[in-house]
Amino acid sequence: MLELGKYADAILWSWGLTLLLVGLLILVTIRSSRKVRADLQAAEERRKNG
Amino acid sequence: MSQSTTNRSTKRSLGQRMNALWEYANPVKFMALSGKVLPWAVALCVITLVPGLIWGFFFTPEAANFGNSVKIIYVHVPSSTMAINIWVMMLVTSLIWLIRRHHVSALAAKAAAMIGVTMTVISLITGAVWGQPMWGTYWAWDPRLTSFLILFLFYLGYMALWAAIENPDTAADLTSVLCVVGSVFALLSRYAVNFWNQGLHQGASLSLDKEEHVSDVYWQPLVLAIIGFGFLFVVLLLVRTRTEVRRRRLHALMARERMIDA
Amino acid sequence: MIALLIRDLRLAMRAGGGFGLGLAFFLIVSTLVPFGVGPEGDILSRIAPGILWVGALLACLLSLDRIFQLDFEDGSLDLLATSPIPLEGIVAIKALAHWLVTGLPLTLAAPFFGALMQLESPGFSWIFVTLLLGTPALSMIGAFGAALTVGLKRGGLLMSLLVLPLYIPTLIFGAEAATRGMAGFSATTPLLMMAGITAGSIALLPFAASAALRVNLR
Repeated sequence: MLELGKYADAILWSWGLTLLLVGLLILVTIRSSRKVRADLQAAEERRKNG
Repeated sequence: MSQSTTNRSTKRSLGQRMNALWEYANPVKFMALSGKVLPWAVALCVITLVPGLIWGFFFTPEAANFGNSVKIIYVHVPSSTMAINIWVMMLVTSLIWLIRRHHVSALAAKAAAMIGVTMTVISLITGAVWGQPMWGTYWAWDPRLTSFLILFLFYLGYMALWAAIENPDTAADLTSVLCVVGSVFALLSRYAVNFWNQGLHQGASLSLDKEEHVSDVYWQPLVLAIIGFGFLFVVLLLVRTRTEVRRRRLHALMARERMIDA
Repeated sequence: MIALLIRDLRLAMRAGGGFGLGLAFFLIVSTLVPFGVGPEGDILSRIAPGILWVGALLACLLSLDRIFQLDFEDGSLDLLATSPIPLEGIVAIKALAHWLVTGLPLTLAAPFFGALMQLESPGFSWIFVTLLLGTPALSMIGAFGAALTVGLKRGGLLMSLLVLPLYIPTLIFGAEAATRGMAGFSATTPLLMMAGITAGSIALLPFAASAALRVNLR
């Protein structure tokens, strides 16, 4: 493991929180994308069938 | 004679190319194009962001005066850059919506806000976490920090207005107006804050100008990380804008179903 | 146009809230802050200009939703929008009416409330001058915020979220000018900047606000 010295806490916190937030953003983006796509597909099907 | 003809023809083709650019603002064309571009954008994002971050985290030496804390710039600087640039991009797309009424433009601004606010939060948090060991305090009313806090408030207001209005066209119009007016006031705040802190108590402000004089060892991975964050923004923006386009279509279909039912 | 101004003023009087509510709120803020901070005179007099500015700003915010809300609900805003006066002018008049019933009384009362905050004697005139120059901007920016949110059922809270960030430059320059003037430094720059913001807001924001109103009336 890399030796981070006395700033280890600050570095790990900032990197950890950054990756967490970016990860959350990606997750939220993908989930809403999937949900809206599925809903739209269902709505289009309904429109075609009746 | 022949020269003038070629001149005219190049001009025309430039005009046509501009028109072609505007055509991508058409939702259907946008969906087709963005679908094709997306995998490439994801690939570019991965091959710049991952090496950039790994290089920055594992393979940069200690700085003489900041020790290893210099590694924080690889998340702090790219996110700050993005936070500001995303607001500028929202301003441009808002203006395009107000002037040329391209739906995708308004939806892109909406899609970008969430990414922008995340970047602002990351920038504030990493700045605070860095501030603690460097100057012994999490928060200082330094002009730059304060400006980012204000930017965060503007993002919040913008997103809240989008969320509050049901009719998508009304929402697009009002948020665009807010974005334009807000940009002017955000700029004013930037100058006001600069003025305010160097005011009566000089010397209390802390310099954050570290990134401006760093040597190549730190600069190269930083540039790579910034490019990586840029591509990350492009990927997320494309996916989110596609979602918004679909959501709009869904909204229209639902409205029609209700009409038929009634 | 003057008829519209008089009508708005009369409505505000009849509704009662105009003068009284904002002033009472301002008084309460000036009373509560010493309770929170402690009665030491030197601390209070140092923070007094800032507190008075923030108090005036919040009191101003309190009555913003009245600018367009009632007229929007009973449909008279539609009539006004189709009247021969341009909508920009109507927005400016309504902002002026709002300033006359909140900003001006607050400005007049601020020196007296400053006494509660142990404001030192040069501070009285500085608070008065900065508020006099700054509150028109607060009313105009507020009218813009009110125009954005007029179509919403519960727009009040959202409007404060939109308007407060827009108030930041005015607040910074206003409070800074008052603080500097009180301490005997030159306050020309912040005073000029604030006057510039006020003039710019009055000149440009009616256009933005009426654009927002037109969208909401569509």
